[in-house]
Amino acid sequence: MKPRQQRMLAVGLAALGIAIAAGLTLRAFQDNMMFFVEISDVVKGNHPTERNFRIGGLVVGGSMQREEGSLDINFEVTDTACTVPVRYSGVLPDLFREGQGVVAHGRLDGDGVFVAEKIMAKHDEDYMAPEVADSLSKHQKDIQDAAVKGASECGSSAS
Amino acid sequence: MQRSKAHPSAVPVLPEVGQFALILALSLAVCQTVLPLVGAHRGDTAMMGVARTAALGHFLFVAVAFGCLTYAFLSDDFSVLYVANHSQLSLPTLYKVSAVWGAHEGSLLMWILILAGWTLAVSRFSSGLPDAFAARVIGVLGFLSIGFLLFALLTSNPFDRLIPAAADGGDLNPLLQDPGLAIHPPLLYIGYVGFSVAFAFAIAAMISGDLDQKWAKWTRPWTTVAWLFLTLGIALGSWWAYYELGWGGWWFWDAVENASFMPWLIGTALIHSLAVTEKRGLFKSWTLLLAISAFSLSLLGTFLVRSGIIVSVHAFATDPTRGFFILTFLAIVVIGALVLFAWRAPSLDSDVGFGLLSRETFLLLNNVLLVVATALVLIGTLSPLVIEMATGGKISIGPPWFNVAFLVPMLPLVILLGMGMHTAWRIQDASSWWRVLRIPALVAIVAGILIPLAIYGRISVLLVVGSAAAVWIVVSSLIQPLRSLRREKGAAGITRSALGMCVAHLGMGLFVLGVTIVSAFGVESDQALQPGESIEVAGYEFHMVGLSNVQGPNFSAIEAEIEIRDGADIVATIRPQKRQYLVQRSPMTEAGIRAGLDKDLFVALGDQLGNNTWSVRVQYKPLIRLIWLGALIMALGGLIAISDRRYRSDKRKATAPAPKAAEATA
Repeated sequence: MKPRQQRMLAVGLAALGIAIAAGLTLRAFQDNMMFFVEISDVVKGNHPTERNFRIGGLVVGGSMQREEGSLDINFEVTDTACTVPVRYSGVLPDLFREGQGVVAHGRLDGDGVFVAEKIMAKHDEDYMAPEVADSLSKHQKDIQDAAVKGASECGSSAS
Repeated sequence: MQRSKAHPSAVPVLPEVGQFALILALSLAVCQTVLPLVGAHRGDTAMMGVARTAALGHFLFVAVAFGCLTYAFLSDDFSVLYVANHSQLSLPTLYKVSAVWGAHEGSLLMWILILAGWTLAVSRFSSGLPDAFAARVIGVLGFLSIGFLLFALLTSNPFDRLIPAAADGGDLNPLLQDPGLAIHPPLLYIGYVGFSVAFAFAIAAMISGDLDQKWAKWTRPWTTVAWLFLTLGIALGSWWAYYELGWGGWWFWDAVENASFMPWLIGTALIHSLAVTEKRGLFKSWTLLLAISAFSLSLLGTFLVRSGIIVSVHAFATDPTRGFFILTFLAIVVIGALVLFAWRAPSLDSDVGFGLLSRETFLLLNNVLLVVATALVLIGTLSPLVIEMATGGKISIGPPWFNVAFLVPMLPLVILLGMGMHTAWRIQDASSWWRVLRIPALVAIVAGILIPLAIYGRISVLLVVGSAAAVWIVVSSLIQPLRSLRREKGAAGITRSALGMCVAHLGMGLFVLGVTIVSAFGVESDQALQPGESIEVAGYEFHMVGLSNVQGPNFSAIEAEIEIRDGADIVATIRPQKRQYLVQRSPMTEAGIRAGLDKDLFVALGDQLGNNTWSVRVQYKPLIRLIWLGALIMALGGLIAISDRRYRSDKRKATAPAPKAAEATA
């Protein structure tokens, strides 16, 4: 092959590769993007219904309930303004505990319970996922207080 | 935290000595940059001569600083803020040492030390290079050192004092108290930072304008060494995540993992493209671009990890000024390099041709596919950031996307790999090519069907393709070495660099097999279990014999004794623990693993469900060891390749033209 043809080959291959990459990205991105929804928005009903999304906040003190010997657990998560009940079945991460920040993947069932498929707590105690920190600070409540007692008021949230 | 005087054994001024040493290292790095570059420009040998001395001094002073910080950890000097935050009296000595690089400031210092070490190595082993070229390489490395030393001194000083000193420290994150993770960062950094050498060679070549094949030959062994360390570092990190994060995955497509993987992908492309540039004088500008990209992606990784803009289990604590500093430095390095490239690239025309069926074509495809793979990983990693900046929406991209997107370029890559190895440079005769390849191809297809069906009892298109591709690579990699064993006396054997290639590809084949089988047949199951009870997972019975309390040096733990039975036989007894670290009061899962080449059986304790019942995660992971073993063998291949004679003979025939390569083998 002449150098000129080689260059054409290289450019052609690169273009093809990038086209495939771009096509794949656009198609599959849609299905795999997972939105973070603030709990106040979840309570208001502003959340995806046909697909999973993420929520994050603090685990409300005293809200953890589990049937003895069962993997099923119920607890509440708050962004300090609103609170949503969460149900999960499985092994919880090490740093999951009441009053700590948590992120959950899943979707809302018919009764307004967030059914989590995955629960994440950060492996460093001082760290809080930026989106959770954002969401908490936005609602301008005393975080310590909310973590202990749960959210006090939930705006115009009756959904 | 109680505060009192520093621990009596601490030497009071050593941290200040360390800081002073860093400042001296910075001034030497400035000399190491300015004088050799100016000297090389003017042809002034005296100025160029400064390069090696300055590099040595620079390294020594950084080593002194590193030593001071290590000593502060070993002597429990809690008057140093960084030590007080990341160590503790009862921390085992090994982890006091590894705590030095356990967080941002210290790991940055280690980065600087490794960069200085690479520079020193280049200055020692570059006596075969023309003086002006060596001076430029060392000068460019000095420039990079200046950036990182300024970064440390201005934003991340590890020697900052805590006054009054703490009586005891806040302890090292329990996750990091593990031998694997103690050596993971050094290996990873040696790899990451090692790409700075290829970068410096590329920049030096572009500054001098002397872009013939020689620079590719000089760069190759350095790049291979960096690549093999990065391979080891990533594999070790993956292994660590598997057993220490407690949940048995081996790759999560986490942003920080991706940050180390992208330089690896580009580095792999670079190794292959350097081969073409060295042997055939082709792809010159492309190789330069890859050398620039590999290091730029290392810097990008540093930025992602240390700026806190990315959500990740690995991310360091957030500090915007740090992010800003690295981003600025990244911009200067990348833009500077690209401007230089734009200026020089047009003069890089080459008149050499090659046939459609030739090794050049396959290496070109290799490069295109690796670059596409990198681009996809980059898109997946950065798009949450871009989308948040553009729309304010907070999204994440899940591992399923990465799995699919990554497979698209990787599948053709592994299939083409087996062909490319047996294709000659310049032009390959199709019929003899087919005679070599038809047996391995047949073996691969048969094995690809038999392995999943006969051993694991299930089959699907993806399984056949994956297993066949793996066997295909393994068999193709063995042809050349086996043939060389059987050769007649006097016939030329296989060169080290060709053998290294075969070994590395063999590792790749084993890796693909491991990934294919474990993804398809791995089982993970969350269960409730109490002493005396058994559960069955993947045909094995997991019987909890009992629970006991165990005391470690700085933790207490609950340990379960679990017998794994296969019918009547006891396969293994494993003891997973749930640890409670005393100072940070954080719980940690220590999985119990019965490791074997054929399969891992894995139990991690979750939490107490009341009534003496525990949640456990039980896993069956067939062939998962091949993933890390494959990576290890890949690195071994790199090691064999750099031991090739022609790199060692550099010194003696420095001025002679590069020897005509043995085209048939390498």
